[in-house]
Amino acid sequence: MIEFITQPWSWWFSGIIISAIMFTMLYFGQSFGFSSNLRTICSIAGAGKMVKFFDFNWRSQLWNIVFLIGAIIGGFIANQFLSNDEPVKISKATIETLSQYGFEAPKGAQPDELFTWEAVFTLKGFLVLAIGGLLVGFGARYAGGCTSGHAISGLSDLQIPSLVAVIGFFLGGLIMTYFIFPLIF
Amino acid sequence: MKFLKFLIVGVIFGIVMAKSEAFSWYRIQEMFRFQSFHMYGIIGTAVVLGVLGVALIKKYKIRDFAGNTILFHPKDKAYPRYIIGGTLFGLGWALSGACPGPMVVNIGYGYLPFIIVFLFAALGTFLYGIIKDKLPH
Repeated sequence: MIEFITQPWSWWFSGIIISAIMFTMLYFGQSFGFSSNLRTICSIAGAGKMVKFFDFNWRSQLWNIVFLIGAIIGGFIANQFLSNDEPVKISKATIETLSQYGFEAPKGAQPDELFTWEAVFTLKGFLVLAIGGLLVGFGARYAGGCTSGHAISGLSDLQIPSLVAVIGFFLGGLIMTYFIFPLIF
Repeated sequence: MKFLKFLIVGVIFGIVMAKSEAFSWYRIQEMFRFQSFHMYGIIGTAVVLGVLGVALIKKYKIRDFAGNTILFHPKDKAYPRYIIGGTLFGLGWALSGACPGPMVVNIGYGYLPFIIVFLFAALGTFLYGIIKDKLPH
C-alpha cells in the first residue's frame, strides 16, 4: 500500500481522481475551474478600484480561494509524506530532446535550469518564468478558463467553445515547443 | 466550516497533480512533443468519465448537496476569444510548464520560484482586465 502511494500514480488512476474532483465540486454546488482565482486575487488586492472587471463581490469566490490553499497544502503533503524522491519518469526520447537544449536528465520534478533561485536571478531565467506566467494569466482570462475549466469541465459538458479553447492551448503549446523554444534555449 | 470541504478537495487536487507528475515542467514538454501517452491518458480518462457523468446528471436531474438541480451554463459562442486567448495560454503553458493549478501545487511542494510564475500570472489577468474592451472577443 505504501509503495503504491509513494510511487508515481498511473495515468488512469490520476484521471479517475481528477474527474471525481470535478463531480465533487458540482455536488458542492460549484464548478471546477482554477484560473478564476487569479481574477479574485486581483480583486482582493484592490484592482476593482481601478478596473471595472475586478469590481465584484470577491467574497462569493472564497470557496475557490480555499480550494487553492488546499492545493498548496496538497503539494506540501505529497512532497513530505507521499514521495519516494525519485526523478519524474519521462520518456528517454524527451530526455534526449531536452539534452540538445542544454537540460540535464531530471533529478526531481522540475529542471534546475529553470526552477532554482540561481536560475531565477539570471535575466533569461527570470524572463522565462515571468513571460510564461504572464501569458498563462492573460490567456486564461481571455479564453475564459484554463485546463480545469475548459479541458476538464467544458469538454465533459461537450461545450464547443471549450473545444476551441483547448485547440488554442495546443496551438500555442506547439508553437512554443517547436518554434520559439529553440530560439530561447 | 462551510469552506472545509473545499479545502479537502483542494488538498486531494494538490496531491494528485504532484503524484501524477502532471505538475512537472518535464511532463508538459513530453506532452507537447508527443513522446508519451501519460498526460493524454490523464486528461483523456478524466474527460471520458466526465462526459458520462455529466450526461447522467442531466438525464436524471441529479441534485447537489443543498438540493438544487445541478445546472450547466453554455459558454458564449464568441469564438475569437477562445482561439486567441487559448493560444496565448498555450504559449505560456509550454514555456513555464504549468497551468494555474499546478503552479500553486509546485509552491507547496517546495519549488518556490513558482511564486514568481504565479504572481506574473495574476499580473497577466490584471492586464487582461485593463485592456479587455479593446480586444476582439
